[in-house]
Amino acid sequence: MHVLESGTGELLQPYSMEEFREWNRTQKPRALVDKLMSEQEAIARFVQDGDYIGKELYGTCRAPMSLSRELVRQGKKHLRAVGQGVLELDLWLEAGLVDAMDLTYHGLEVYGISYALRRAAESGRVKLVEWSNGAITWRMKATAMGVPFIPVKSMLGSDTFRYSAAKVIECPFTGEKVCLLPALVIDVALIHAHRADRYGNAQVEGISGFALEMSRAAKRLIVSAEEIVDSEAIRRTPDRTTIPYYLVDAVVHAPFGSHPGEMVYLYERDEEHIRDYVNVSQTPAGMKDYMDRYVYGVKSHQEYLELVGAERLDYLKRTVVGR
Amino acid sequence: MADYNRTELLICSACRLMEDNSTAFIGTGIPMLAASLAQKLYAPNLVAVFEFGGTGAQLARLPRAVGESRTFYRAVAASGICDIIETAQRGFIDYGFLGGAQIDPYGNLNSTYIGGDHDHPKVRLPGSGGGNDVGSHCWKTIILMQHEKRRFLPRVEFVTTPGYLSGPGAREAAGLPRNTGPYRVVTSLAVLGFDPASLRMQLLQVQPGVTVAEVVENTGFELLMADEITENAPPTADELRVLREEVDPEKIYI
Repeated sequence: MHVLESGTGELLQPYSMEEFREWNRTQKPRALVDKLMSEQEAIARFVQDGDYIGKELYGTCRAPMSLSRELVRQGKKHLRAVGQGVLELDLWLEAGLVDAMDLTYHGLEVYGISYALRRAAESGRVKLVEWSNGAITWRMKATAMGVPFIPVKSMLGSDTFRYSAAKVIECPFTGEKVCLLPALVIDVALIHAHRADRYGNAQVEGISGFALEMSRAAKRLIVSAEEIVDSEAIRRTPDRTTIPYYLVDAVVHAPFGSHPGEMVYLYERDEEHIRDYVNVSQTPAGMKDYMDRYVYGVKSHQEYLELVGAERLDYLKRTVVGR
Repeated sequence: MADYNRTELLICSACRLMEDNSTAFIGTGIPMLAASLAQKLYAPNLVAVFEFGGTGAQLARLPRAVGESRTFYRAVAASGICDIIETAQRGFIDYGFLGGAQIDPYGNLNSTYIGGDHDHPKVRLPGSGGGNDVGSHCWKTIILMQHEKRRFLPRVEFVTTPGYLSGPGAREAAGLPRNTGPYRVVTSLAVLGFDPASLRMQLLQVQPGVTVAEVVENTGFELLMADEITENAPPTADELRVLREEVDPEKIYI
């Protein structure tokens, strides 16, 4: 096949779909195994230095924040990350855990640009390869499909393409130009769900974001959940299962696991906390204070929740907008 | 000077471009306010589409992120990012509303970095997000931004999101879908379009009280002029009341 154009960005995660198949054959038990464990154990066992890591959804929406903070406490090194990112990626960048990123968007949404990203990118400390949101998710979709690339019509003609690792070819069927995206095989992914059983069957409510694609594109998957339910509850509602158990390596019970972000139908986002964060994140000193308090200053998610306080958490629960 | 600020003017102007019974891809920020205002005043059946999966939400409260629950409150569907971008890719999204840090005469947008080079930028911006997908696939892209000379440049430093690229035929040559591209640029000073022959930006309307000279002075490239340049109507009392009391009572943006 004739390649017309190649992006100059590095393929941060070289891959082989044959190896991924072999991994799925040999490393993912089909037996129902009790995988319930703490954040500490899950991160220690399933995240390794140098891993290519993903997380879903992002910083303020159904985000695996308890796992993200634990990752920082354990100081995993030389990670390569995929993002979409808001608060969680800020913490990782500021703690110096990340060497390179396949970047789609990293910012503070309504509150503007991320100072942690600015510090990391402008110093040249973190290597960035550019993609669109659609492109990065389609890369996971290719892996989920078990194919090595996927043709799309995004990124064509742009510098986003030029600084990506995508390629342009002529479609062998229609003759039109298409952009080929390489599959993205993630070493380890973190996803926060509404409920899961001890084996890893997990259900997400509201938008699914890219939970479907990421869970199927990861070699190792840690699911945190607001609630751990009996498998019977899953079997009564199998149509709601986003992630079947055999994809999952660890299940972590994390009530308010998305705090200070929101969890749709369960609790509102903590606007006060987020605004305070946005202010302090502008300087390294402010970030250090924040992280000393909310990340390094606590040993576990339980201690974090105690620090935030029951009154605040109750308020976020009470003010949630229903269906 | 009437009793409204630049941001309010921008929102009210943009909301009038939102068409009832159309599908519109809504990006973070001002597009969200304009969509909410449009639903309340002019386009109750505007199908607001958000990139992480919300389709057809009733924008009762202002979203602060494109994945938050407010983007699918009383929506018709809550799916995921692939479904939404694929819906745009197969031609179902009529309008895409975007912001940007820099724009050029062909409507190319930069939201990646300013100054320096890619690996050592002076100011690193968030990146494409869904912007590139929106600008590639939606039938008509409408860009909302503040009008400043440093933002309206002869060439953007980085084409994050494709406009008409280098001019007539360039989108098609790059492989982008036919008959797509930037349609309007709504700013604090003007409403702009694109000359059908050259695909370069063209002044259509000035905002209330703004002169053509002021627009030209704040644009860093030669602006084409429509045959007739009119003055846009100022925000109505109704628009401002609904915007302030119902759309953004928390005063997040205005």
